[in-house]
Amino acid sequence: MEEYSILREFADSWMLLLLFGFFIGVVIWVFRPGASAEYKDTADIPFRHDDAPIEDKPVESKEPRT
Amino acid sequence: MSNYIKLTVLGLVILVAMIGINYARDLAYQIHAIIVMLVAGGLFIWVLRHTDEPELNTVNMQGEYMDGVIRAGVIATAMWGVVGFLVGVIIAFQLAFPSLNFDWTQGIGNFGRLRPLHTSAVIFAFGGNALIATSFYVVQRTSAARLWGGNLAWFVFWGYQLFIVLAATGYILGSTQSKEYAEPEWHVDIWLTIVWLAYLAVFLGTLIKRKEPHIYVANWFYLSFIITVAMLHVINNLSIPISIWGSQSVQVFSGVQDAMVQWWYGHNAVGFFLTAGFLGIMYYFVPKQAERPIYSYKLSIIHFWALIFLYIWAGPHHLHYTALPDWASTLGMVFSIVLWMPSWGGMINGLMTLSGAWDKLRTDPVIRMMVISIGFYGMSTFEGPMMSIRAVNSLSHYTDWTIGHVHSGALGWNGMITFGALYYLVPVLWKRERLYSLSLVSWHFWLATIGIVLYAASMWVTGIMEGLMWREVDANGFLVHSFADTVAAKYPMYVMRGLGGLMFLSGAIIMCYNLWMTVRAVPAKQASLVTAVPAE
Repeated sequence: MEEYSILREFADSWMLLLLFGFFIGVVIWVFRPGASAEYKDTADIPFRHDDAPIEDKPVESKEPRT
Repeated sequence: MSNYIKLTVLGLVILVAMIGINYARDLAYQIHAIIVMLVAGGLFIWVLRHTDEPELNTVNMQGEYMDGVIRAGVIATAMWGVVGFLVGVIIAFQLAFPSLNFDWTQGIGNFGRLRPLHTSAVIFAFGGNALIATSFYVVQRTSAARLWGGNLAWFVFWGYQLFIVLAATGYILGSTQSKEYAEPEWHVDIWLTIVWLAYLAVFLGTLIKRKEPHIYVANWFYLSFIITVAMLHVINNLSIPISIWGSQSVQVFSGVQDAMVQWWYGHNAVGFFLTAGFLGIMYYFVPKQAERPIYSYKLSIIHFWALIFLYIWAGPHHLHYTALPDWASTLGMVFSIVLWMPSWGGMINGLMTLSGAWDKLRTDPVIRMMVISIGFYGMSTFEGPMMSIRAVNSLSHYTDWTIGHVHSGALGWNGMITFGALYYLVPVLWKRERLYSLSLVSWHFWLATIGIVLYAASMWVTGIMEGLMWREVDANGFLVHSFADTVAAKYPMYVMRGLGGLMFLSGAIIMCYNLWMTVRAVPAKQASLVTAVPAE
């Protein structure tokens, strides 16, 4: 029961604060200056590589053969 | 050399399976051992025929996407969908007309055996195949990289089908650990864990070798779904087998801890399998079909993190008024209500992607399907938080209202977005100019939509009715109705629910015909065929 109490106390204090702080941090990060231009570019990814992947420069196969 | 190792391993698997057939303590285990023996035997012969043969296929495939496994996944999704819906219609009518639980099918085809078959077929076979196929498609296209791991993707696909077959035969023959949505016994659970880790490796490997600097948001949703399901599956299935030659096992957790772990798993199966994964589908296929980027990329990031942080806590709302401490069920309830906001943020993001292109709703039945699916997502993510409130739950719990809620989410949101993705994928994957028939898509759309409305409406009525009947007491404090009274009163709604399911099933069959004819009868795409992938 002692272990339970310690974990319980930690969970509803420091861990809660940490998780909540991380989430607030994400929200602030999303609205950082210059983010809009970058996200505009990222949002366009689905429209770029429909037909083929971008190939590596040196032509050698890393694919394991069976 | 690797073929010799494969042959040795397969040989050992066959041997162990044969010992299993001999020593099996129950029929389900014996049948499973026979299935494993046959599959391993077939693979053994297949590998043997390719051993010490000259390597013919030495072309570097890195310049092409791996689409073969996605085509297989699309076929599996459509097929398991029809199977799952069909079993659903059968059990709906078994509830309305109990005489359909025929004497000669007792122990195999009665409601109790078929019900988990239906839920797992629809969630894991139909939904799971849709998620695996679309995630392989999306991660390649948004990373500009071929799937990592070569034939590992094929192992994931076939391994997952084997899991489905083992799970389904197990349910029918009574091999179940009676945890909802986690019914398969320990040996099937171990197999799924192996397949799932391979899936994670393929997905993560492709992301790591991506050529785009950024990871597109759909991949975040898919990745969280894969990782969380791995964690949920392993922890909820911690059990000790009674014998390695039998399918029965004992859970490690017991009592209220077991119940809490089960619903932590159960609700996050909804939250990460049926929501996060399918949001990955939404964030890729809705922009593609609408031909415009997602409405707000910032909102999608906040949507993602809010969903991840909140969903994992919502499970205890399944255990109101049980032995679970009040603080825990209150916690689950509060997080469920907070979840309403990010869910609607995601819904708005999906719907507003169409802003400036709303006319497509009139001309393109596929986008109509996607939009109504997002609408159902919004509706069920409002209904869910409401039902998680303790007072509402005291009325709704154990009634058909819950069944209605689940189906407006599963048929409306998961089903419709999957149909939309299938209609998008088939012409692209088979290099066809267009779908065979748009009017058949419209037929599918309306049959499915009206079917869901009939289903959800009848379940609301019958659920609230039986909830009120159960709690009604007379002036002296005695219950007014017996349980059988409520069953009799529900009869007309049960028939209506069955009809709604039948309409949804007919729509899915029309879809299969339409997709089949798209591949068979529609001319191949001319212009981009030159640049596109040759047959693998």
